[in-house]
Amino acid sequence: MNRTWQRFKASYLLFSFKQDKTAIFSLAVLLVLLATGLLAPVVSPYDPYDPANVDIMNSELPPSWTQDGEAAFLLGTDIQGRDLLSTMIYGLRLSILIGFGAAVLQGFLGVVVGLLAGYLGGKIDAVLMRIADIQLSFPYLMVAIFISAIFQLAFGIGRYEDLAVPLLIVIIGLAEWPVYARTVRASVMGEKNKEYVEAARVIGLNRWRIMFRHVLPNTMTSVLVISTIQVANAIMSEAALSFLGLGMPVTKPSLGSLIRSGFEYIFSGSWWITLFPGIFLVLLVLVINLLGDWLRDVLNPKLYKG
Amino acid sequence: MFAFVIRRVTQALFVMLIISLVGFSIKNEIGDPVRDLVGERVTPAERELLRDKLGLNDPFITQYLRFAKNAAHGDLGMSFFHKKPALAVIAAKAPATLELVLGAALIIIFISLPIGVFSAIYPRSALSRFTMAFSTLGVSVPVFLTAIVLIYIFSVELNWLPSYGRGETVSLGGWDSGFFTVDGIMHLILPCFSLASIMLPLFIRLIRSEMMEVLETEYIKFAWAKGLHRKRIWFIHAFKNTLLPVITVFGVQIGIMFAFTILTETVFQWQGMGFMFLEAVERSDISLLVAYLMVVGAIFVVVNTVVDIIYGLVNPTIRIAGR
Repeated sequence: MNRTWQRFKASYLLFSFKQDKTAIFSLAVLLVLLATGLLAPVVSPYDPYDPANVDIMNSELPPSWTQDGEAAFLLGTDIQGRDLLSTMIYGLRLSILIGFGAAVLQGFLGVVVGLLAGYLGGKIDAVLMRIADIQLSFPYLMVAIFISAIFQLAFGIGRYEDLAVPLLIVIIGLAEWPVYARTVRASVMGEKNKEYVEAARVIGLNRWRIMFRHVLPNTMTSVLVISTIQVANAIMSEAALSFLGLGMPVTKPSLGSLIRSGFEYIFSGSWWITLFPGIFLVLLVLVINLLGDWLRDVLNPKLYKG
Repeated sequence: MFAFVIRRVTQALFVMLIISLVGFSIKNEIGDPVRDLVGERVTPAERELLRDKLGLNDPFITQYLRFAKNAAHGDLGMSFFHKKPALAVIAAKAPATLELVLGAALIIIFISLPIGVFSAIYPRSALSRFTMAFSTLGVSVPVFLTAIVLIYIFSVELNWLPSYGRGETVSLGGWDSGFFTVDGIMHLILPCFSLASIMLPLFIRLIRSEMMEVLETEYIKFAWAKGLHRKRIWFIHAFKNTLLPVITVFGVQIGIMFAFTILTETVFQWQGMGFMFLEAVERSDISLLVAYLMVVGAIFVVVNTVVDIIYGLVNPTIRIAGR
């Protein structure tokens, strides 16, 4: 453990991180957001799911620093009279949960498929990659919208809303796994003819062990690089689905569904119900993207151009 | 080349086959054609009779073949809500969506080309740094949020531009166009800009990096050495070779914009295909939903195939190395 820490301290990764102010700032903001989201019950002023805290008489109060605002509700209240800040923090928690959950699921699917296709080759490779190619020829958002629409019809709207969190993770996971599969396959193809793999084969290790213990760790760099972008994408997809009414219900709003419910009231001048969750969402996605940019430059300058 | 085209077209047909299988399975599993026809107020016995008559008790394969045959003839079933053929409903909504995509594409071309080329020529200038810094921000703002902010600024606060609908349209042989009336264009501005906003950062970055790469090549250095005028070098010699990869990406991204039209149309109550699709989901109008899946799938397959074939024409290495 201590040795790993020593190696990390001497690594180029940490060195370049210290040089990059944007990266430090992004990581700090991201950690604050993650902590706020995960500790929502402790951090938020009220519990928005508790009916005792909701009073319809408080609905649509503007932020506290404006003329009609009340000091009890810092960022105002939403249409149901819930404290907007608390609802946002709980929404942030859901967005983070679904975003990371979906990224883990698509990473798992994609890594397994990419590893099998790249290492075993032949017919398995042809079939798996053809499936990935077909799915990649459609935009992932379109695929996610279709799958969620079908799920909603198949489950019925009531059960869909009860199961919304796991279902959204599955939907977004299924919609975006080919990105991982492609990347992992490409780096497995590069690795599998190297000498260490040959050596492992010569001493008679079985192929599963070679695949998962020897080849897989060496593809992790590229997985790490796309993972940051994929988490950001998954959070965006969740927000988009919720905005369309195919995601989290209004009773348990994520940031996307908060924006959706606020949008209906923007014409009457209640801008804060839309704007604050929007800023939260953009901030979250932006810092993840900035970290992703930095990681990509440090770990793999040749992966993308531009 | 001929073999390449054949291979690509076979592949496209194969994909269409899979899409139709998916579409049919949805229809078969979730949809209820009997309800689509007679509604809820018919006895179970009569329903069963009708099911037999319609061939709904036939084996899966028989039913699928019938579905595929009808689909190939342009019959994708009746919409439960609209009481019209699903394809006709989609065809009526298509112009609105296509105009939205067209308008956004024009905005992208006219904004990203000059900015991209400029920031490639002067990579250290203030404008280039500004656009580079803001492109990551631009990627992180969801399209519906851009749309809402635009509505709030230009419709609610300033009251300059309309916030929903298509406004006055002119019928050109069955094609309702908003491009020929002032009112129609006013209604197009906000939706098109918000749709364009997702693609702009990507294209500015792409054009910049491609152009910078071209400016480093030998033949450009040779052109400088020959003493050609700098404008000639930039806009004729370098620009031409920048365009090729940009055009390919543009073809693919136009397809991706179709997905985002669903979001834009929801915000602006734009009566296009995406809005219709969401209505179909809300009304459990399975036939219409499946028809939309098939039509959009076909559009993507055709666009991808055409782009690939054009690319193969321009770049022979693709068609030789291709799988």
